[in-house]
Amino acid sequence: MSKPPLFKFRLYVAGDGPHSTQARANLTALCRELLPERHEIEVVDVLRDPQRALTDGVMLTPLLVKLSPAPIRKITGSLSQREPLLQALGLPA
Amino acid sequence: MKVKKPTVANPSKARTGIEGFDEITHGGLPRGRTTLVEGGPGSGKTIMALQTLVNGARYDNEPGIFVAFEESSERILANAGKFGWDLAELQKKKLFFLDAQPVADVFQSGSFDLIGMLAALEAKMRQIKARRIVFDAIDVVLALLNDPLAERREVYRLHEWLLAHGLTAIITAKIGGPESRGVNQPHLGFMQFMVDCAVILNHEVAHGVSQRNVRVVKYRGSAFAENESPFLIDDGGLEVTGARGLSRVEVTVTAERVSTGVPRLDVMLGGGYYRGAGILITGFPGTAKSTLSGAFAEAACQRGERTLFVSFDSDANEVVRNLASVNIRLERFVKKGLLRLVSARTISGSSEIHLMRIKNFAEEHGARCVVIDPVSALSKAGNEGTAYSVAERLIDWTKAEGITLLCTSLLDDAAPHEEGTSLQISTLADTWIHLNYLVHAGERNRSLSIIKSRGTGHSNQVRELVLSDKGVTLADAYTAGGEVLMGTLRWEKERAVLAARVESEAAKKLKQATVASEEALLEVRLKAVQLELEVKRAEKEMLTRSTAVRTDELASGKTHLGELRGVDEK
Repeated sequence: MSKPPLFKFRLYVAGDGPHSTQARANLTALCRELLPERHEIEVVDVLRDPQRALTDGVMLTPLLVKLSPAPIRKITGSLSQREPLLQALGLPA
Repeated sequence: MKVKKPTVANPSKARTGIEGFDEITHGGLPRGRTTLVEGGPGSGKTIMALQTLVNGARYDNEPGIFVAFEESSERILANAGKFGWDLAELQKKKLFFLDAQPVADVFQSGSFDLIGMLAALEAKMRQIKARRIVFDAIDVVLALLNDPLAERREVYRLHEWLLAHGLTAIITAKIGGPESRGVNQPHLGFMQFMVDCAVILNHEVAHGVSQRNVRVVKYRGSAFAENESPFLIDDGGLEVTGARGLSRVEVTVTAERVSTGVPRLDVMLGGGYYRGAGILITGFPGTAKSTLSGAFAEAACQRGERTLFVSFDSDANEVVRNLASVNIRLERFVKKGLLRLVSARTISGSSEIHLMRIKNFAEEHGARCVVIDPVSALSKAGNEGTAYSVAERLIDWTKAEGITLLCTSLLDDAAPHEEGTSLQISTLADTWIHLNYLVHAGERNRSLSIIKSRGTGHSNQVRELVLSDKGVTLADAYTAGGEVLMGTLRWEKERAVLAARVESEAAKKLKQATVASEEALLEVRLKAVQLELEVKRAEKEMLTRSTAVRTDELASGKTHLGELRGVDEK
């Protein structure tokens, strides 16, 4: 069995807004549970770097982008609904 | 693209630059506040919003941001390309399009908000110093939230953000067709309460004719025209027919008369039509309505006045040709550029569109006289509802501009006995001339009568309208036994009168001659008698004298005799 892939995430948040805070916590918890030692999370705060939101086309926050493994997936929301999240990430429920 | 500057700049309002709309709202949208524009699909929301943004950037130096939730900015730009708004140039500095369409491949887990977008917009706003912003099709993004509470929350967030930055904003939102109006759109009702100004665009098809209307539903802190105002989307964008405020109609009244083109009709009207009046000519088909219109147009051109002739019925060139047969020669004025002919048959659309086109033509041409033949065409094909207001505005407009307007109107075949018109324009017209046929003694003759003419003493007589290759004229109508005689009967009557006159002339002459001869005879007799008298007198004298002589002679004879006899003296 080959080495399980490394998950690279970018999470766009809007400061400490409730949805963003929830998303951060939910993502961290999920990674700890399902992807221990094989995940990287980059957090971009659009309030601090609004130009980034503009260039990356981030309209709805929070927004999670799974950069790898392919395919790239975008998930919006506080990540509180587990089932669609796992489905989007290609992880077994 | 015409932008009318408001006479008094209102600092609390942001001009949309959309003709008519700024009039309805007394200056434009609330500055620094939010306006909701609702309407069904294809009602013109996007165009209206974009036009406001573009005009702000072009004419008021207010850069703007367009947030596209539904269509991509590329498509919006392509669609707006035909309006000649110079979007490419504006986009360099003053106009920014943000594509904010929800992407199909985005998964959703839990709730989210619009903070990301607002952060991005804030960056852009600072960069281009935006003063105006449009959120086009907000309903699309709100639908994603799929939760009335969340919708409300995000709308609040947006609203607070807009207020905080003092942006003049337009939010557009779809309302479904008539069947779904108000259903499943809780955010709309809520937004209506929240915003400072709400506008509804309405697009209906009545009897196959498209009618677009705009209505301001609310406007905090400002008066506005509450009625629906028709608008159209033409090659300059939206054009709204202005509000009809009482203050708007400032008519300069003049006592100047303009010729009808028919000298005898001028006399009947006490000098002609009033300059700036609305004139209506009604009649059945073929009663020479167009001919009278043509005569008026010719007279106007002869005075050197620029004239617009709108023909709904026939091709304009046909009108010129046909009028030439009654010696109304318009072609020379067309060539000179004084007369502009428009065949309105080719213009399809609602009466509003016709009105706007007519106005545009007249303004372009600088017309002082406008002929619309027939104006009843405006009420064709499903326009009955709006045609009256169109006629009203037509007359208001020409009066305000001092244009003399002559309209013809076909009478309704269904109610031929009513001397009224489907447009009810007759109540608005200043002068109303009615043309009719009089069928009598196997003939059909045209008659003309003046039904009303405000401010003018006018003839109450029905006249016969005579068309010939020499022109148009009126003939006295003979009344005999309470009946008006026309055509051959009139001719016969005229002949009879003439014959009678000749006869009486002759009789008079005869009488004169007789009397003269009698007089002469008497004079002759008088002379004869006088002569006779003289003869008698002479005779008498002679007689007297001869007697005296005889006596003398007798006496002297006696003496002589005595002498002879030697008689001695006594």
